[in-house]
Amino acid sequence: MYQRYDAVIVGAGGAGLMAALNLSAQARVAVVSKLYPVRSHTGAAQGGIGAALGNLEEDHWEWHMFDTVKGGDYLADQDAVEILCREAIETVYELEHWGLPFSRTPEGKIAQRPFGGHTRDYGKAPVRRSCYAADRTGHMILQTLYQQCIKNEVHFYDEFHLLDLLIENGRTAGVVAMSLATGELYTFHAKAVLFATGGCGRIYRVSSNALALTGDGMAVALRRGIPLEDMEFFQFHPTGIYKLGILLSEAARGEGGILRNKDGERFMERYAPSLLDLAPRDMVSRAIYRELEEGRGIGGKDYVHLDLRQLGREVLDTKLPDITDFVRTYMGIEPATELIPIQPTAHYAMGGIPTDVEGRVVVDEKNTPLPGFYAAGECACVSVHGANRLGTNSLVDILVFGRRGARHAAKFVRENDWAPLPAKADERAQQLVAERMGAQGDEHQGTIRDLLRDEMMAKASVFRDASRLALMREKLRETRARYSEIKLEDRGARYNTELLELIELGGMIDIAETLVEGALARQESRGAHSREDFPKRNDAQWLKHSLAYKTPEGIQLRYKPVTITKFEPKERKY
Amino acid sequence: MKVTLKIKRFNPEKDEKPWWAEYTVEAEPTDRLLDALNAIKWYQDGTLSFRRSCMHGVCGSDAMLINGSNALACKVLLKNLGENIKVEPMRGFRVARDLMVDLEPFFDKYKQVKPYFITHSVTPEKERQQSPAERERFDDTTKCILCGACTTSCPSFWANPEYIGPAAIVNAHRFVFDSRDEGREERLEILNHRDGVWRCRTIFNCVEACPRGINVTRAIGEVKKALMFRKL
Ligand SMILES: Cc1cc2nc3c(=O)[nH]c(=O)nc-3n(C[C@H](O)[C@H](O)[C@H](O)COP(=O)(O)OP(=O)(O)OC[C@H]3O[C@@H](n4cnc5c(N)ncnc54)[C@H](O)[C@@H]3O)c2cc1C
Ligand code: SF4
Ligand code: FES
Repeated sequence: MYQRYDAVIVGAGGAGLMAALNLSAQARVAVVSKLYPVRSHTGAAQGGIGAALGNLEEDHWEWHMFDTVKGGDYLADQDAVEILCREAIETVYELEHWGLPFSRTPEGKIAQRPFGGHTRDYGKAPVRRSCYAADRTGHMILQTLYQQCIKNEVHFYDEFHLLDLLIENGRTAGVVAMSLATGELYTFHAKAVLFATGGCGRIYRVSSNALALTGDGMAVALRRGIPLEDMEFFQFHPTGIYKLGILLSEAARGEGGILRNKDGERFMERYAPSLLDLAPRDMVSRAIYRELEEGRGIGGKDYVHLDLRQLGREVLDTKLPDITDFVRTYMGIEPATELIPIQPTAHYAMGGIPTDVEGRVVVDEKNTPLPGFYAAGECACVSVHGANRLGTNSLVDILVFGRRGARHAAKFVRENDWAPLPAKADERAQQLVAERMGAQGDEHQGTIRDLLRDEMMAKASVFRDASRLALMREKLRETRARYSEIKLEDRGARYNTELLELIELGGMIDIAETLVEGALARQESRGAHSREDFPKRNDAQWLKHSLAYKTPEGIQLRYKPVTITKFEPKERKY
Repeated sequence: MKVTLKIKRFNPEKDEKPWWAEYTVEAEPTDRLLDALNAIKWYQDGTLSFRRSCMHGVCGSDAMLINGSNALACKVLLKNLGENIKVEPMRGFRVARDLMVDLEPFFDKYKQVKPYFITHSVTPEKERQQSPAERERFDDTTKCILCGACTTSCPSFWANPEYIGPAAIVNAHRFVFDSRDEGREERLEILNHRDGVWRCRTIFNCVEACPRGINVTRAIGEVKKALMFRKL
């Protein structure tokens, strides 16, 4: 099937829908998404969206900017962070103007709460900056954006799975996607393509991410010669429900929740004396791992407790109703009276497809754009989060840069014609499908997926070192070899979810490889990348972004400088 | 523990009519039904088809008929289902394949109620004001994840597929009772239609089915009341 549009947006989470709203009035746009838009994982975001509205106390975007730069261990590009924090404010108002039902202050303003790493006056004390709708902020954002898309008659291709990006003579020409319902391949011929395909947290065993977060967009770009930036930085959120990984938002600690070890001790006092439980996530996750290592896990197991008892039933039911429900449903625990077993859970990819502040994908150290190709949201790396993202900053990122990407793309499609399509545009996608359909081995898909996720958890998660990472490199070789031995049972065309899961798994192996290679090479500890054999940050050598390219000889790494404008790197203490 | 799942299967590409498949899975009592379905798909039978994503009851992908009532597979634990579990697709929509139904008519009904914020007044520079009490007024219906469990558990909908259904009414309610919204009249007009809110016979299946704990019947009742007062 052949379709022609000015622009195609792939992904219908917060980033994709925001882009659609900003682009569809000016151009013919299709939004292609493997999930129905309202199923996207933006809907799972809980705690809030950060913006220095100052509704409850003094606040400034400069403070927000400082916190973001420091939280990211000085790896973020500060020109981009400045845009993020300035535009956060108008973005939150825009959401409200579209009807988003924020929680309210007694005076009727948008309510705000404290969040990890967000401070007043350059680090003095926690500040209330996270704008929220109970613990359903992401749900409200996703619903509100989708509602506006209905109003504006945005054209959706729901349950269409991206398989390939088309590049012709150095220009973007479109994408190829498979219709889940029919199994047909669609070639979308477009002047501009914007990827908003979300994260890849399912490469780890314990994860807060949806099953659909398999990093497809990143993998498709990587295979087309586009590098992935800063993939070694992967955030583990401190408070996932034990074993399940379901997230219990930082808002729980923002509202007064406390982490305790087996002795009931508030151990964060030892690790971050001023911000305590509201220190940034990388630090809290490491603190938990240390407690476990030193034998202070609960009952000798690998978890600690989150204590929400002091919040009381009223606060739990009104301000944190969903996570209270998760704890009751999945653990059979009453958070008003009982302690909750938690462990760090794979949460967020700081890295992704490199872009500039206009959302344009840039493909080398010199930031050369690939004309017509844009990316935004978790699949992209601007980079505003540096080596460690602060809570509430992803929701800002997806909206601010979803919009900026769309605005630039609008201009691009006005000024440019379609790049000609190659003769057999969908040939590569067809080949991929044919190969997978022909998978005749005898291994179950689940076995290989488990292998990948368990090994990544054990060897490339919160703490890393050269020997474990090298072992992981070997494991990835094994995973790749066994991947081709998987058997595919479903040979049908319609609703072949088994085939698509198999393709996703192939992409996850590629992504894991960029992560492991980047982590092996980076001989320092910065933000979420913590090398036990190189425990210090090393600005002289490593204050730079990595770019991982997929080549026939394996992953090749290159590096590019960090943009520093207002804040010189300093030691990071809280 | 060992559980046996009887799953209603149908692949229009090759089956003439639906059939029952039986699987036995080794699982923990605290596992979700969705974990068991995944275990089947990943280790026993890759052809079993269902939708899923978030795994914790917030994305609305996996509403299905479980032991005779609608629920999300990721929100029911095996220990509450017994050792023999019967799983079928939701009723009332065409089965696309196995546990997946065709959702297009569902979303079409949703779109009919103008499920978006409507205002004509001037937009302020900052936020519109809304008191916590005004915000609370429509809180319940903001929680909807469009899973379809309510609509497909409703006998009025089974009897009359033209009925707009509880999910669409819930989403209209979310705006009708929002103090900031100015599209109340347009929406109420739509719901006043023959296949609108009056088809509801207050059977309460929807309330039972809703995984978000929304009091769907109450919301429908409030919309009916708003219509009656409007007429006076
Ligand atoms: C549990 C949880 C809580 C969080 N809470 C917060 C919070 O409080 N504050 C905050 O700032 N951040 C939070 N985050 C992070 C934040 O929610 C995400 O980073 C953000 O929502 C990502 O948005 P996105 O638009 O980039 O991607 P997503 O919302 O994940 O959307 C991805 C889209 O891409 C589509 N897609 C993917 N692959 C394909 C393919 N192959 N073909 C076609 N389409 C495809 C999907 O269908 C989907 O529509 C949270 C994350 C989690 C997991
Ligand atoms: S009201 Fe409840 S059952 Fe109905 S669609 Fe919404 S969430 Fe699902
Ligand atoms: S998988 Fe998302 S609601 Fe069940």
